[in-house]
Amino acid sequence: MAKFKEALNSGKFVVTAEVGPPKGTDITETLEHIDLIKDKVDGINSTDNQSSVMRISSLATCVLIKQRGGEPILQMTCRDRNRMGLESDLLGANVLGIDNVLCLTGDYVTVGDHLDAKPVFDLDSVQLVQAVRMMEAGKDLGGNELNAPVKFCCGAIVTPESDPIEPQLMKYEKKVKAGIEFVQTQAIYDIENFKKFMQYARKVNGDVKILAGIVLLTGAGMAKYMNANVPGIVVPDALIEELKSAEKGKAVQKGIEIAGRMIKQIKDEKICDGVHIMAIGREGVVPDILAAAGL
Amino acid sequence: MIVAGKKPFAEINEMVKDHKKIMIAGCGTCVAVCMAGGEKEVELLASQLRLARKKDGKEVEIVEATVTRQCDREYMEPILDQARECDAVISMACGVGIQYLSDLIEEIPMYPGVNTRFIGTNESEGVWLERCMMCGNCVLGETGGICPIAICAKGLLNGPCGGTNKGKCEVSPDKDCAWTLIYNRLEKQGKLDNIREIFPPKKYSLHVNPITQVNPAYQHAQMEEHHG
Repeated sequence: MAKFKEALNSGKFVVTAEVGPPKGTDITETLEHIDLIKDKVDGINSTDNQSSVMRISSLATCVLIKQRGGEPILQMTCRDRNRMGLESDLLGANVLGIDNVLCLTGDYVTVGDHLDAKPVFDLDSVQLVQAVRMMEAGKDLGGNELNAPVKFCCGAIVTPESDPIEPQLMKYEKKVKAGIEFVQTQAIYDIENFKKFMQYARKVNGDVKILAGIVLLTGAGMAKYMNANVPGIVVPDALIEELKSAEKGKAVQKGIEIAGRMIKQIKDEKICDGVHIMAIGREGVVPDILAAAGL
Repeated sequence: MIVAGKKPFAEINEMVKDHKKIMIAGCGTCVAVCMAGGEKEVELLASQLRLARKKDGKEVEIVEATVTRQCDREYMEPILDQARECDAVISMACGVGIQYLSDLIEEIPMYPGVNTRFIGTNESEGVWLERCMMCGNCVLGETGGICPIAICAKGLLNGPCGGTNKGKCEVSPDKDCAWTLIYNRLEKQGKLDNIREIFPPKKYSLHVNPITQVNPAYQHAQMEEHHG
């Protein structure tokens, strides 16, 4: 069994983190980040042209993670490839030793850096999960036989702070029905609210492993920016005040402290099965966050 | 209806700069309603062109002709002879009318006077909204009469993405989230079960353009014509 799947099944508190592939062929920093975290987490996500900004492909970055001894989680969005492209990359990923896939819709093209590109969205995230499961049963979406099936630990995302929440939960139930094994949530900051989501999620299906999304706050400005501009992210005022209280130049330290504290609470109170740490642009501090969480 | 927007005058002026006798052909149906290519717009474009040429000290003769529909041969017949006497035609119909008129007067260079945008509705004065992507596989019966393919920027069939925001879309606060609209309407109708099952991927094989649509009553006749 693949390492990440084993960790999910072990009952331990699972930790994943992500690396954002660079724009360009210099991978020095990416490799540094991978090396820093690979032995401290159960899986490393590679984002897929995150925020619709063109970068090294998620698949290539997963191969780098694998080569460095890490456990890659392939993020796949439906934005840039039609069903044939997605399926053929799933086959390719599997033969290159990538055993985990996270299925996402993908941001719309015009929020990124290639405004005139054609948005694909041939499949949606639910149908992509179905495609993975079909290919595991030995067939592609055209109904054709594969000479050997794929095998993936397949997950998706959910936004527990989505407003309104009901349509989001309806879609979550479809993802569960399609056969996801794990979930990495959008960033959460209000743990009491997240507990309510967990009660609901356990009721839908207790077997799906849920990793709470932890996005590192790097300052009060970033928190306010996310509140105003990122759908489904709500940073409570108390946290913004706390970030403001940090000494000059120490806001990131404060953010690390907050992230560590949240992770510790989630673990100690067994709120969910683990966390997924997104230190967007500052992947190097993931070990500090883990240390702050006592992990 | 088909919705179009006027092309910028400078672009039109540049396209036809070498022509001396130009017909501007309007269409009295969709593009007239959306104020892009009807009789009034033809008149306005004609004045703009005359003024621009006068300013440049160049001569131009302009023929204004607006028909009821440029997508119908019978309405076009009366203007074809006049068009053939010109050395260029600017059609202010939608892309359909522009091509159809060009087919009928192949020897005359044809220029578009509008950009054809979508099929949709008039939402408020001067504002039109896209409503249908003509996918050929209508799901409106399940989705509360609101199209997730046209109204959702991503055309998602199984619910909102994570970019949904207080009823609006991540693409722009001016766009509604289709799935919030669909959910609310079906809730009102007590029909939420309609969207609990997973919708399968779209069938793009139904839309290999250019598509032809044949009325069943005429299918036999068309086959005979094809196969003798």
